[in-house]
Amino acid sequence: MNIIIPIKQVPETSNVKMDKEKGTMIRDGVQTVINPLDLYALETGIQLKEKFGGKITVISMGPPSATKALKEAIAMGCDDAVLLSDKKFAGSDTWATSYTISQSIKEMGDYDLIIAGERATDGDTGQVGPGIAAWLDLPLATYVSKIEKVDETELVVERLVEEGYQKLQMPMPALLTVVKEISHPRLPTLRGKKKARVSEIPIFTAEKMNLKPESLGLNGSPTKVVKIDFPTVTRGGTVVKVEGETGVEEAVDKLLDFLKRKELI
Amino acid sequence: MNELWTIAEQKNGKLKSVSFELLSRGRKLADEMNAKLCSVLIGGPMKDETLQELFHRGADMAYVVEDERLEDFIVETHSNVLTDLIETYKPHTILAAATTSGRTMMPYVAIKVNTGLTADCTELAIEEGTNHLLQTRPAIGGNIMATIKTPNHSPQMATVRPKSSRPLPENTSRSGEILRVKLKEELVDARVKVLGIRKDEEEFANIEEADVIVSGGKGMKKEENFGMLRDLASHFNAVIGASRDAVDRGWATYPHQVGLSGKTVSPKLYICAGVSGSIQHLAGIKTAEHIVAINSDPDANIFQVADFGIVGDLFEVIPALNKKLEMEKGGAPDEI
Ligand SMILES: Cc1cc2nc3c(=O)[nH]c(=O)nc-3n(C[C@H](O)[C@H](O)[C@H](O)COP(=O)(O)OP(=O)(O)OC[C@H]3O[C@@H](n4cnc5c(N)ncnc54)[C@H](O)[C@@H]3O)c2cc1C
Ligand SMILES: Cc1cc2nc3c(=O)[nH]c(=O)nc-3n(C[C@H](O)[C@H](O)[C@H](O)COP(=O)(O)OP(=O)(O)OC[C@H]3O[C@@H](n4cnc5c(N)ncnc54)[C@H](O)[C@@H]3O)c2cc1C
Repeated sequence: MNIIIPIKQVPETSNVKMDKEKGTMIRDGVQTVINPLDLYALETGIQLKEKFGGKITVISMGPPSATKALKEAIAMGCDDAVLLSDKKFAGSDTWATSYTISQSIKEMGDYDLIIAGERATDGDTGQVGPGIAAWLDLPLATYVSKIEKVDETELVVERLVEEGYQKLQMPMPALLTVVKEISHPRLPTLRGKKKARVSEIPIFTAEKMNLKPESLGLNGSPTKVVKIDFPTVTRGGTVVKVEGETGVEEAVDKLLDFLKRKELI
Repeated sequence: MNELWTIAEQKNGKLKSVSFELLSRGRKLADEMNAKLCSVLIGGPMKDETLQELFHRGADMAYVVEDERLEDFIVETHSNVLTDLIETYKPHTILAAATTSGRTMMPYVAIKVNTGLTADCTELAIEEGTNHLLQTRPAIGGNIMATIKTPNHSPQMATVRPKSSRPLPENTSRSGEILRVKLKEELVDARVKVLGIRKDEEEFANIEEADVIVSGGKGMKKEENFGMLRDLASHFNAVIGASRDAVDRGWATYPHQVGLSGKTVSPKLYICAGVSGSIQHLAGIKTAEHIVAINSDPDANIFQVADFGIVGDLFEVIPALNKKLEMEKGGAPDEI
């Protein structure tokens, strides 16, 4: 089974800096990691490969420094990696991102399954996975929490939805986005790290992929960020300390007063 | 006249409350730009009487595509139907709820109709002069609010965070036109089949739609102690939430996890006990209307965001709180 896993490199902390003019993230000088929710996709893919054979190709679209994320994925057990990198891709929204990634997947061909993360912890839209499925016209299952059955042409999965777990049967090739419940990501092995160190990661540019220039990057993106605000985190609420014998009663009374005042009970 | 569409959701012939939340947002926006507010329902068979509530809650019109084969959400078919409606009736704006189906169908459709989509918005406005939709959404774990617009593409599309607005009060004197559109055979995509739905628990809790959530963290110490949280929850008709540490210890199941790798919630009231308030947990609760925290550590981060905090031992505070609530209900404490 051949599997493609798109992964995004994201800033490690939540203290991200923004370019207020362009509405894009300033990535310089920030520690980066594989999007934590993509680790579940990677683990799912690696387990499928262990069972059924085949190979896993990871793709990331980003600056040249995103090779670090791709190497980490190889260290976990993925086989190949491709970096989509070009100044022309900068500032892509989810429409342009899913277009660019889907074109690279077309270019590579020969795959049975694409597994994406549920969402990236920075942009946080969860739109790229479904977007890729739409561009490639693939059957799509989002929020997958379990792969119940796989055979040559078909899979049965469970999706975590509002009412419970919805069971779907779908043909391959297909695209899944997965949630945390699906797997426990493994750590890179020593052997994997060695392999990653010597791996050459090919770079796909806009020209190499035969992309429509008007569909790329900031200019090709239908959505534009027009304003960024930093909401204040602190709410400055009331804090009551429990001290002494009567403390608990008093604190609880004050809480009930608060709830009544706000009409919450 | 321009049309503003909101996507209604249904289950077994009943409309879900997100349908009405969207109409309350839509009403305000439609009035601002002088547009017709239309509710779009793609689902199983619906009675005319049931659909009246869409009008009572603000809609001027309803597009209904109903068929047994549309009862369960299947992204390919539902997206084909919505895409076809968009191409036929050319709405100005489409809002859907940021539910599992909304967040799946809308990005799929946005590609098919070649327009932008803003995710999980908490505020929407109309730009004067252009009538562009100004879409504001939290990103980067709720640390920033980005305002986004789609200036050169149509329709304007956004998903809206559930519970970020309240339905309008029901006005039974309002009415509207129901336009039933027949499901075209060629739009049915038979590749994916729904085999069923499984519920682990008797009451499968959907924390994203809950008005009140009572959450426990590692400070709860063990699974049995979630019993007192359930008692507390019963007073508010609340559902149980949990931190990742509590879920990883098996005290609650994953669908209850709140935070970065779990669910983002916007209840009216979020009560948490024994939760420290890590960045990742806070990412899930920043848009809660009121936050109440109980924690023995006065320096716990959760107090930074709490509207009301009690510094104390949760094993004293929660039983005392439960007792008081029991008494307030009027009955004797041992009535239940
Ligand atoms: C503050 C802010 C708000 C934004 N809001 C919007 C918005 O509302 N609508 C919009 O269209 N764009 C928006 N964007 C742009 C968007 O963040 C980028 O397009 C980004 O490249 C992809 O979106 P995401 O981070 O939301 O990824 P998600 O869609 O959340 O990612 C889901 C999965 O797709 C895959 N994936 C995502 N990006 C990549 C990548 N670069 N390489 C490989 N795989 C990837 C991963 O498997 C990932 O787990 C916003 C950007 C910022 C900074
Ligand atoms: C990529 C990533 C994703 C993550 N996603 C999530 C997520 O979705 N959700 C999430 O919650 N976390 C998430 N985490 C984990 C997060 O970093 C924290 O580890 C976690 O939130 C801590 O859970 P907690 O507050 O229950 O436990 P702790 O941080 O251990 O806090 C326990 C609290 O209980 C208090 N306490 C102890 N005893 C008592 C008592 N008797 N009375 C009152 N208070 C008491 C303590 O003072 C302490 O503040 C994520 C982490 C990473 C790296």
